[in-house]
Amino acid sequence: MAFRLSQEQEELRQGFRDFCTGRVSLERVRALEGSGFERDLWRELAEMGVFHLRAPESAGGLGLGHVEAALVFAELGRAIAPGPLVWSHLASGLVDGAARGETVVTGLDLASSRRGPIVLEHLGVADAVLVLREDGVARLDPKSIRSERIETPLDPLTPVSSAAALPAGERLGGADLARDLRQLGTVLTAGMLLGIAEATHVLAVDYAKERKQFDRPIGSFQAIKHMLADTFVRQEIARASVYAAAATLDHPEVADVATVVSEAKITAGEAAMKNARTCIQVQGGMGYTWELPSHLFLKRTWVLESSFGTIEEHADQLAEGVGAAGT
Amino acid sequence: MDLRPTAAEERFRAELRAWLETEVPKYGAPPSRGDWPARRAWDTSWQRKLFDAGYAGMSWPKTYGGREASLAEQLIYYEECARARAPYVGVNFVGLLHGGPTVIVEGTPEQKERHIPYILRGEQVWCQGFSEPGAGSDLASLRTRAERDGDHYVVNGQKIWTSFAQVADYCELLVRTDPEAPKHKGITWLIMPMNLPGIEVRPLATLHGQSEFSEVFLDNVRIPVENRVGAENDGWRVTNVTLRFERGTAFAGEMVDLKRWLAEIAEVARRVTDHGTRAWDDASLRREIGHLQAETDALWYLLKLSIAQADASGVPGIGASAVKLFFTELKQRVGDLGMRVLGRAVLGRSDVAGLPSESFTYEALQSLSMTIAAGSSQIQRNIIGERILGLPKDR
Ligand SMILES: Cc1cc2nc3c(=O)[nH]c(=O)nc-3n(C[C@H](O)[C@H](O)[C@H](O)COP(=O)(O)OP(=O)(O)OC[C@H]3O[C@@H](n4cnc5c(N)ncnc54)[C@H](O)[C@@H]3O)c2cc1C
Repeated sequence: MAFRLSQEQEELRQGFRDFCTGRVSLERVRALEGSGFERDLWRELAEMGVFHLRAPESAGGLGLGHVEAALVFAELGRAIAPGPLVWSHLASGLVDGAARGETVVTGLDLASSRRGPIVLEHLGVADAVLVLREDGVARLDPKSIRSERIETPLDPLTPVSSAAALPAGERLGGADLARDLRQLGTVLTAGMLLGIAEATHVLAVDYAKERKQFDRPIGSFQAIKHMLADTFVRQEIARASVYAAAATLDHPEVADVATVVSEAKITAGEAAMKNARTCIQVQGGMGYTWELPSHLFLKRTWVLESSFGTIEEHADQLAEGVGAAGT
Repeated sequence: MDLRPTAAEERFRAELRAWLETEVPKYGAPPSRGDWPARRAWDTSWQRKLFDAGYAGMSWPKTYGGREASLAEQLIYYEECARARAPYVGVNFVGLLHGGPTVIVEGTPEQKERHIPYILRGEQVWCQGFSEPGAGSDLASLRTRAERDGDHYVVNGQKIWTSFAQVADYCELLVRTDPEAPKHKGITWLIMPMNLPGIEVRPLATLHGQSEFSEVFLDNVRIPVENRVGAENDGWRVTNVTLRFERGTAFAGEMVDLKRWLAEIAEVARRVTDHGTRAWDDASLRREIGHLQAETDALWYLLKLSIAQADASGVPGIGASAVKLFFTELKQRVGDLGMRVLGRAVLGRSDVAGLPSESFTYEALQSLSMTIAAGSSQIQRNIIGERILGLPKDR
């Protein structure tokens, strides 16, 4: 057992962070408020391997594993990179052109998002829509969906449309494929949530060191310090859980896949949600402004939290396996 | 990053599991929680069995009779012990996890000879005399005074919250040898035999009713200078060396056990009925169980991650404080859940109507101490905020 990042993995993470700092900067991302998409950025992300890094090298991919994918998606979350990233990654290998970013693929997991109306992200820019149902995976033509664009989305970087129903579409695979994609999608989404937990933790800590009241940095007040200790712990708990889930996808014999996947979604969702809120509280009035990016992290958290199963849905599923006969 | 066990790790697990499967059932039931002499006997003779089988001192160096196991093997050890419901380290805690390692790193050859093999075999029980009525979280403000008189230190003062004092053979004692020096600079680390004249141990009842810890009064206790570990006035540093040793595994056994307990709570929830309705039929209770399961597992992975980092870098990782803080607060939440699952059976401290009231109420009450002892949750948050996040100090 070697439960730590290898040197190559550390380098990949650092390399990808450097890439995001330069090419997925906050300025560039915020310039997309409203549209949530930029084709050039999409191509750059594809060139970096975001969509096909797990594909074998013979197929033009990078031949990397799930842990690497989770690391990359954590960096994307940290940068609040916009676009249907997880779905296009899932579509790589299933939908022509997704791997190289020529085809933009969005999607919906109907099996785990049972509550409320059908709401699709980034439908306006999508060339294809993947739909996961209990019994299989279908590819839909966006034009075949009768939808209505919602004027003001919660996350200004995630445009959304609602639909009353979805057509059946073209069947790509059965229940097994649906389950595999759902599990992978859940882990990548958890990875993005981990990145948000990290980003908001760092924003809050930096602010607490700079901002002075009563002639001292607010980070010297225990009430603030202790909140930040908690954001740190939640981030580390989420990290351990996301890495474990990804490492289990790489070697499914080490643990129960469904269990660790749910655990990652719960802990990362919780860390992102609480850390983003704490960040806003620590920043005071500034945190409540549109100008500071904190709200974008919180709003993206809602988007990701409602995808691939909520904290509650995963907790309910997990409970079934605890203390049941034979465990 | 690879969670697969190596062949050696799998072999180790299989051997240990087989051994525990034969030995644990034979060993019988533990004595009652309040019977300290019996508890000492039970804990130490289990330690002896571990020693004979080659499982004593998992983290200790081979030269000192330990197994010097890899961290992965140490975690397997804790997992298997919890799975087999083997006796916990119990009264051997201070010797094995604190006093022994300190003597190994800082002790003289004579001190090592006098203590190390005995601790390992379960023939020496230690206690920890650090805290005082006036020195808790601010441990370095301790005032128990030691004055040199020839080849002895004459010690006067009072210790408090000393766990296992009533059954211990030795005490790792922190004393003030230089009252003029800044508070961290005048402290010395001594090995105090508990049978010396002038020591009075007065057990204190805890809120769960048993005397887990004691007050220890020291009246002109004469401790040989040769019992000093490290230099005079260097005791603060000596106290911190063991941290390097243990790398955050101190609570590992209890962490796996938490997972086992949560499963037991869920199992009980499926059985308990209240006017015909199972506790399990309460959707919010099930959801909470699922939630706690996620956090309990994540904690175990965090422990693995943090000790793997510590192992690679040679310094205790970010983990220790984060793990301790999260674990102790999580355990209290699990404890609370256990109490609620019992329904009105919670009103008994012994088992009621076939439900495990005794262990659930004990564990829940005992968990209240965990956010206080060994650095309170507030102190852990200060440590994380200041040492890890680099936030400015309060004053
Ligand atoms: C079950 C148990 C077993 C123990 N066993 C031993 C033992 O074997 N040997 C031994 O030496 N000691 C032992 N202890 C003592 C333990 O180490 C102390 O209880 C601990 O250090 C806290 O000190 P205190 O009890 O004096 O509380 P205090 O330090 O008085 O703390 C009281 C409250 O104030 C808070 N507080 C204190 N300082 C700060 C600060 N700077 N910032 C914010 N909040 C603060 C604390 O978090 C706590 O909530 C044991 C304690 C328990 C509960």
